[in-house]
Amino acid sequence: MPARSHLRFVLNGQDISLADVRPDETLLDFLRLSRRLVGTKEGCAEGDCGACTVLVGRLSKGRLVYEAVNACIRFLGSLDGTHVVTVEHLRGKDGALHPVQQAMVDWHGSQCGFCTPGFVMSLYALWMREPDPSVAQIEKALQGNLCRCTGYEPIVKAARAISSYGALEADFLAAERKTVTARLKKLADGVRVEIGKGKDRLIVPASVDDLAALLKKEPTATIVAGSTDVGLWVTKHMREIAPVVFIGGLEELRTVSVKAGLVTIGAGVSYSEAFGTLAKHIPAFGPLIDRIGGEQVRNMGTIGGNIANGSPIGDTPPPLIALGASLTLRIGGKRRTIPLEDFFIAYGKQDRQPGEFVESISVPVPAKGSFFHVHKITKRRDEDITAALGAFNVVVKGGTVQSARIAYGGMAATPKRAKKVEAALVGKPWSLATVEAALPAYEQDFAPISDMRASAEYRMLAAKNLLKRFHLETTGRKAPVTVTRFQEAVAI
Amino acid sequence: MSAPAPSLAASKIAGGVATDTRHDSAHKHVTGQAVYIDDMPEPSGTLHACLGLSTVAHGAIRSMDLSAVAAAPGVVWVMTGHDVPGENDISPTGRHDEPVLATDKVQFFGQPVFAVVAETREQARRATKLAKIVYDELPGVFDVWDLNPNKDKLVTPPLTLKRGDAKAAIKSAPKRLKGRMRVGGQDHFYLEGQIAMALPGEDRDVTVYSSTQHPSEVQHMVAHALGVPSHAVTVEIRRMGGGFGGKETQGNQFAAIAAIAAKRLGRAIKIRPDRDDDMTATGKRHDFVVDYEVGFDGDGNILGVDYVYAARCGFSSDLSGPVTDRALFHCDNAYFLPAVRAQSAPLYTNTVSNTAFRGFGGPQGMVGMERVIDEVAFATGLDPLEVRKRNFYDRDAGARSVTPYHQTVEDNVIHRVVSELEESASYARRRREIAAFNANSDVVKRGLALTPVKFGISFTATHFNQAGALVHVYTDGSVHLNHGGTEMGQGLYVKVAQVVAEEFQIDIDQVKITATTTGKVPNTSATAASSGSDLNGMAAQNAARQIKDRLCQFASEKWGLHKEQILFLPNRVRLGNQEIPFAELVRQAYMARVQLSAAGFYKTPKIHWDRDKGQGRPFYYFAYGAACAEVSIDTLTGEYMVERVDILHETGRSLNRAIDIGQVEGAFIQGMGWLTTEELVWDGKGRLRTHAPSTYKIPLASDRPKIFNVTLADWSEAAEPTVHKSKAVGEPPFMLGMAVLHALSDAVASVADHKLCPRLDAPATPERVLMAVERLRKLAAK
Repeated sequence: MPARSHLRFVLNGQDISLADVRPDETLLDFLRLSRRLVGTKEGCAEGDCGACTVLVGRLSKGRLVYEAVNACIRFLGSLDGTHVVTVEHLRGKDGALHPVQQAMVDWHGSQCGFCTPGFVMSLYALWMREPDPSVAQIEKALQGNLCRCTGYEPIVKAARAISSYGALEADFLAAERKTVTARLKKLADGVRVEIGKGKDRLIVPASVDDLAALLKKEPTATIVAGSTDVGLWVTKHMREIAPVVFIGGLEELRTVSVKAGLVTIGAGVSYSEAFGTLAKHIPAFGPLIDRIGGEQVRNMGTIGGNIANGSPIGDTPPPLIALGASLTLRIGGKRRTIPLEDFFIAYGKQDRQPGEFVESISVPVPAKGSFFHVHKITKRRDEDITAALGAFNVVVKGGTVQSARIAYGGMAATPKRAKKVEAALVGKPWSLATVEAALPAYEQDFAPISDMRASAEYRMLAAKNLLKRFHLETTGRKAPVTVTRFQEAVAI
Repeated sequence: MSAPAPSLAASKIAGGVATDTRHDSAHKHVTGQAVYIDDMPEPSGTLHACLGLSTVAHGAIRSMDLSAVAAAPGVVWVMTGHDVPGENDISPTGRHDEPVLATDKVQFFGQPVFAVVAETREQARRATKLAKIVYDELPGVFDVWDLNPNKDKLVTPPLTLKRGDAKAAIKSAPKRLKGRMRVGGQDHFYLEGQIAMALPGEDRDVTVYSSTQHPSEVQHMVAHALGVPSHAVTVEIRRMGGGFGGKETQGNQFAAIAAIAAKRLGRAIKIRPDRDDDMTATGKRHDFVVDYEVGFDGDGNILGVDYVYAARCGFSSDLSGPVTDRALFHCDNAYFLPAVRAQSAPLYTNTVSNTAFRGFGGPQGMVGMERVIDEVAFATGLDPLEVRKRNFYDRDAGARSVTPYHQTVEDNVIHRVVSELEESASYARRRREIAAFNANSDVVKRGLALTPVKFGISFTATHFNQAGALVHVYTDGSVHLNHGGTEMGQGLYVKVAQVVAEEFQIDIDQVKITATTTGKVPNTSATAASSGSDLNGMAAQNAARQIKDRLCQFASEKWGLHKEQILFLPNRVRLGNQEIPFAELVRQAYMARVQLSAAGFYKTPKIHWDRDKGQGRPFYYFAYGAACAEVSIDTLTGEYMVERVDILHETGRSLNRAIDIGQVEGAFIQGMGWLTTEELVWDGKGRLRTHAPSTYKIPLASDRPKIFNVTLADWSEAAEPTVHKSKAVGEPPFMLGMAVLHALSDAVASVADHKLCPRLDAPATPERVLMAVERLRKLAAK
């Protein structure tokens, strides 16, 4: 089937068909510059402040789901077959304010107002899922929205009151759900989209096989899943990324399955999508995912991308390494599966051949009786990049450490096992004395750097203390072992 | 369609003073219809400018090759400092130390050296990267820690405040100690960054839309840089997406560049730096190193204090003089210092020139004082709150009421504020509960602190304490309101509109709030120093009263009434025995050729300040508040959680309690951020490493106190005749955030049984908290 040479999606109420799309054009620039939909703001152009929050509706197994995303780092080319909803669409036909908007007005939720459209969209996305949200759910939904004026209190109060301003069933997006679903189904023609010429091209493959074939032909193409990292290459570093291949729309890569004690996560699965299964089968992942980016980033960013980009401060590789996860890479029709820890060779260097792509990650569920904990340390609790992160997978039998897999982020140029520390624990009684005796081994495993997030001294000390915390947590005690905001991971 | 007619039977107008009227733009904020400068339709042919920034912190420019920049796609013009037609200077205090664009030397990493003008913003951004500039690098000075306040280079003359003989008092005191504290800076992180759009006009004219708190200064700076009279330049701003002091002087550069390019090219020019350039190239809150020596007795009475406040000012003076002055004005916070000497050191560094930020040096001054209180408390073994209370200024201007700058504190309400808060927050009970908790918890420790705030209200440069307003009443009875204050989210526009509505006794929707422009009200002061509603509210009230007086005069003549027989009732006027709609009176007055427009004016009475002598009454009055914070810390990692905060703050007879509570809550969180997670980090080459929200962490919703009780004192009223007896609210509550720093300090102190002062510096990041815990544990083990 010949490739389609224009992008199609629905913008608010309008069908859009674009033949002229730059491979690195952002949704935010398209909205503001081409469409003059200026309610959506640019605050940071890196997915941190949320002023650009819009909703993207997509079909997931035939069901229409809406998610809050950052328009500033979302590429236009990734939106084929979706419904983009901006703040301008929220006002009812009679001009009345939407319940989210009326609540924000009545609770004095805006001051300068610049962040407000983004907050409105994030709260709208929350309200659609949870009409009566708890404070914990509201805080989670707002991790990706910065407000510098209000101190958030009135916004949280407004969020709790939304349902008193209108019923979710009566909401206009609910009302148009059927027609939008039909429109999106019509757009899903299963055809590759290819726009542009030569190097300056964007491609949306029709299937994973199409992707494999494409990458074999064009091994230097930039693969973009959630664009929470690649987006910044463009907006911050002005890097040339074309040709670009957008894989976020490939449903085949967006599957999570559990079989025989193995959780398998497709490379296109977002943090939000992985949350449910991971938090259920490997509970330590729940609170960790809660602290990766903000909701918008979790809705876009993928675990596959977190691994493929090889950052030393990615949050999922250390726990996945500690669990002994494996990675399946594919080139053309050929697949190979390697232990995840072998994928990270050096800073900025991974074991991925040109034309090869990450297809899935398989994670063994820890055996009963083993301890698996993850601790992330940041300057600000939420939506912050790791200073140091420790993942501990330890089996204790009869008071003795049978096995230990411990991995850290932020402590070396790659996510890295603490092998000397592990060795100092295995075979020893699981006691404070053993922990204390193992601490010097950290100096052999790691030589962290000082940067804007933390000093080397702090990283080393905190990393060691995380082992102490892990020990305290696993040996049963009454007094709290750390500060907490809410007891459990929060699902929304 | 005509507007709904105002109710003629109402007993009260809608939106008068002392009502919780919502922000006038709230409905536009939530729908995305509020227009910020970047949202305005661009005139056809608009070009976009981008700054080219220096890549060394200090150096002479040996050569500058911009040919590749000029040849880049879409580039129309490359501008350097030599293209500035007037003076290449935008120093706001006239010290001629801040070029629009650097020409021969650069003095900080990220200093603007050239500007590119291109067809699109993206083209301009990309072109800047093609510059080839060679620098002869010079050694740089970045941190003030090792500088000598008496010998090293200053950017502006320092100030010393003196009362009594501090050195002698300290020497003869039963106890004395000295110490040093680092107080970090802060980026404003206004959500809307700096922006200006300039439209060339006829003759030498130019109109500049500038996101500024100080349109008059932008006007003067643009005129100065263009070499034209001020009358050629009109500056307008409807609203900013946040200011916080960051748009008091920092918009000048962008406005000047846009205006110069607009006049040169005859096209509209927009300049909007991206977040990283904004944070790199514009000033921040000054970080300080405070040296203190205190003499006190065993009962915790402070007898004398000697301070040096050394500030990192950056490469130019900007507002560093008044900022460091204000730090000294608050080195007492709410406490009487029997003998005091406080010296400022506005030090030159090769960093961006620091500027105004909510509190304007006052917070840094107070943090120094509160550290001294902490030291005294630990040295005497008293609860810090007890030490605080013992040292408060007297009530009712008693014997212990004179400040270090020789102003008598006449309106002191801190005793009442603190005792009410102590009660409502159950301080004593929770102090006991926390001690019990800590005794049984080795990893997690809790801490509690209650800190007061007394903040001086008025610009310390006395001449800035003036304001103008322009009020028109149209023949349908609707009112056009304009004044010199700017709206940055603080609700100034709605408050002033409430004052005017109240004056005329008409519903607030009859009052049209209009964009601040230098063409309507001239020679205005910055909307700063918490003065917005105090000054502009009074000026607008004055304008409205002039018109009202004329209406009364007219009515008394027309209907033969005494003035007392004319009453302005809601939306109507009682004239003897009859009532007519306000609009009808206005229409008849117009027919009788009564002037229905007035320019209002206000200047703050009583204030004066002699900087050379260090004496005067710089402040019209003081604003007071207090906060009580409880935190828990993890002594293994330094991570922490703010468990609960109680605030009692006074804003006089509030014009709008909803707006004021918003100010108090927002300021508290911003102040807490300053003292906790907001850390500015420069590397060894003077490069700011925290220039975007990914690395610079302002508070999130989930950083709010878990329990947050905010109360405005309902008994409060201004001691002076301010507008409807209200008091300023913009800055004072910012310093309530100190309670969190001190609660963290209290929690840290528990690891050494509260016997050692943690000396926790700011910002108290998890790293600082952990290192303080480690230090105390080691000291205690000795």
